[in-house]
Amino acid sequence: MENINRPRYASLALFVIIVIVIPIVIKSPYLITIGIFIGLYALISLGLSLLMGYAGQVSMGQSAFYGIGAYVSAILTMKCGVNPWLAMILAALFSTLMAGLLGMVVLRLEGHLLAVATLALCIVFYTIFAQWKSMTGGVDGMPGIPKLSIGGLTLTRDFHYYYLIWAFVTVILVFSFNVVDSRVGRALRSIHHFLGGSEMAAKSLGISPMKYKIQVFMLSAAYASFAGSLYVHWLSLVTPSSFGFLTSIYPLIIVTLGGQGSLWGAIIGAAVFFIVAEGFRALVPILKPGTSGEYEILAWGLMIILVMQFLPRGLVSIPDILKEKKTKG
Amino acid sequence: MSRIADSKESPIDVTPILEVKDFHKAFGGLIAINRLSFKVNRGDILAIIGPNGAGKTTLFNMINRFQPASGGEILFEGQSIKELSPARVAALGIARTFQILQLFSNMSVVENVMVGRHLRSKGGMLATGLRLPFTRREERNVFDAAMSKLTMMDLKEEAFSSPLSLPYGRQKTLEMARALATEPKLLLLDEPAGGLSTLEIEQLAQLIKGIRDGGITILLVEHRMELVMGIADRVIVLNYGSKIGEGTPAEIQSNEEVISAYLGEEF
Amino acid sequence: MSMYDQLLQFLIAGISIGSIYAVMGLGFMIVYSVTRVMNFAQGEFAMLGGMLSTVFYAKGLPLSFSILCAVLITTAFGMFLHRAVIYPIRTAPVFTLVLVTFGASIAIRGISLIIWGTDFRILPPFSKLGAIHLAQAVINIQALWVIGTTLLMAIVLFLFFEYTVPGKAFRASSINALGASLMGIKTERMGSIAFGLAAGLGALAGAVVTPMMTTSSEIGLGLAIKGFIAAIIGGLNRIEGIIVGGLTLGILEAFGAGLIHSGFKDVIPLLIFLVVLNFRRGGLLGDAEAGKI
Repeated sequence: MENINRPRYASLALFVIIVIVIPIVIKSPYLITIGIFIGLYALISLGLSLLMGYAGQVSMGQSAFYGIGAYVSAILTMKCGVNPWLAMILAALFSTLMAGLLGMVVLRLEGHLLAVATLALCIVFYTIFAQWKSMTGGVDGMPGIPKLSIGGLTLTRDFHYYYLIWAFVTVILVFSFNVVDSRVGRALRSIHHFLGGSEMAAKSLGISPMKYKIQVFMLSAAYASFAGSLYVHWLSLVTPSSFGFLTSIYPLIIVTLGGQGSLWGAIIGAAVFFIVAEGFRALVPILKPGTSGEYEILAWGLMIILVMQFLPRGLVSIPDILKEKKTKG
Repeated sequence: MSRIADSKESPIDVTPILEVKDFHKAFGGLIAINRLSFKVNRGDILAIIGPNGAGKTTLFNMINRFQPASGGEILFEGQSIKELSPARVAALGIARTFQILQLFSNMSVVENVMVGRHLRSKGGMLATGLRLPFTRREERNVFDAAMSKLTMMDLKEEAFSSPLSLPYGRQKTLEMARALATEPKLLLLDEPAGGLSTLEIEQLAQLIKGIRDGGITILLVEHRMELVMGIADRVIVLNYGSKIGEGTPAEIQSNEEVISAYLGEEF
Repeated sequence: MSMYDQLLQFLIAGISIGSIYAVMGLGFMIVYSVTRVMNFAQGEFAMLGGMLSTVFYAKGLPLSFSILCAVLITTAFGMFLHRAVIYPIRTAPVFTLVLVTFGASIAIRGISLIIWGTDFRILPPFSKLGAIHLAQAVINIQALWVIGTTLLMAIVLFLFFEYTVPGKAFRASSINALGASLMGIKTERMGSIAFGLAAGLGALAGAVVTPMMTTSSEIGLGLAIKGFIAAIIGGLNRIEGIIVGGLTLGILEAFGAGLIHSGFKDVIPLLIFLVVLNFRRGGLLGDAEAGKI
């Protein structure tokens, strides 16, 4: 009955080493770009993993906060000349605040209602990004976002952002492990009514489920916001198309694939997701010339269905399943 | 365990710890609780009995604030708790066990009790995420307190097992340990003897008396008379949501109305 | 065109699209009441109805026959979806089911994109009249077809649930699945029938609105969301409530898009949804149970 997320420092060390070493060993700009996307989505998915696996809340709204982080960073740095790091923090604070307010309305819901309500958030914000021309540049977005700099060094190269993003992932991963392995983590598990929690019992012990659901929602919004800010400083461009419905599906697929509630699952899921996606993108035009994105969408849908039917606890549960099979003989 | 000296009132304070006045609960046209009034004195073991459907669990759910009352007042230590949330009521010092066990199956035995320490520990999301020094101390304290509760209930051996691996009677003990971890002033026990053997009921009786002797007031709802007659200081009898008898166990046993209400049921 | 005429046009447009939302909502209700699943692929049923109709029509089949084939195929597909995807995991927790129906809707959209791409397709209007003029407002005859068909579907559904034996079996399954199965009603088959029925109605709605609004692989999600909202407003269990919900959504959307800004077309239903949820858990016309899905 162990908490699956007890931080294993050995694993963390291994993880950090792998992340650092890969781009050095495999010198490929293409790989670095994929690595950046894996990192960004790992960040977003970490938040969703906490939300789904601990508070038991399905959310399709991560892309909304990803977008808010991106746009607030862009607007503050470009239109108000704010220091990019400060802008990033302000964006995260703003996202967290928004999540708190919206959470109070939306998190009263359960199951399907909650899913659609969060999807509603995603679409509402997408529309704001696309329609509020004066602030956001509308559908064309805003180019020319300044780069980040540390000390005297301006970060202009892709591999700068690769390392920066993964540094964020590592810090947030450790933070998340700490939260999960604490009084707060237990409180979250106690209210997760699908996986053995009991809201009634939790309330009788002084835990207010609503309060914790909102807090996790806010935390996951902050994670997504940081990802958004990092994204636009890397790309120097922000457009609404990055924050639409599909973007809100990706973290869902990643968390489902990796394993809800597993923090490592979020990272592994992101890695597998993007590698498979790229594989698709590379292979499909060879097998069927002239096609591009359509097969991906089908693949995502099938992936969700198949994972839920055959591997409901995600990839990280594979070692456990193998163990169970062995003991059953 | 809670200490009487802990409370703000003087040790000889006579205010009832819980007072229910004109309590009323209707579900549409069905009246579940009908103008019920009673007091629970500090340090007492008060049992509420009655035939099935008499409204006992509904009453508990309302004291606990899982359900709103349709009317009447409920005072805990002189303060109205009628409008408070369940979590708030727990923070004030009312703990509870459930008729249908509500253990956290996604946690180990000791972690279940550690959740019980939630109210008595500190540390929010930011503090725990950053692993500030005080949180490490808190975690240590919480663990130790939980383990000591388990030791008291003779569950120390199974601390790291799954609660589902315990036999039913021990699961109930675990739920009590968890409730006690909150250091309550008043403990609500919802059919604690349900599903237990005669021997287990005897052990339970000793346990409950021990809890009371430690300074916690006990209010229990029960169907098994062996437990009630053995430990209750006072008994209230409900039938169809109304009080039909109140007094010591001996008085109740000779109350004619009570006997007729139980006709056909084991007394 | 005077203000009055403009408003009239918005109203008709709103009622037309609102009818479609209402049908989507009814589809949600039918499936939910029997299987307790909110089927997000409901919108894809409408998409398939429209797309398949255009495919058959383009191959030279008569219009009504094309639509009939499209509806039948979609109905069969709906039943398949239940049997193959939903039924095997029917005991899983709610959010697994949510994810799976989302996955299904994405997969269906993906298949459509692969086969038919992103093009918009259209059917000819059902009658040759084109449009009628009311004062100076132009009313598309197809709108009347849409409204009429929807009304017909609603009436048939109502009669079905109230007066026929299978219909009553349906309602029994929805009220008490265990009791119903004890009485010999096979809940598995009920589930497939529910899905099939919802699919067929959705397909018909999709086909009938295609001459007005074109169809494409991507329309499913929007319809599903709005149908879902209509269903929630109606409390998920009352036909009248869902119809009112759908129509309200459609009308508000049409007015909002027309009077304020077309870009906000999609946002309005969602804002309404959030507002309704905030104030009334049970929808405007249904019971409080709906809030606890």
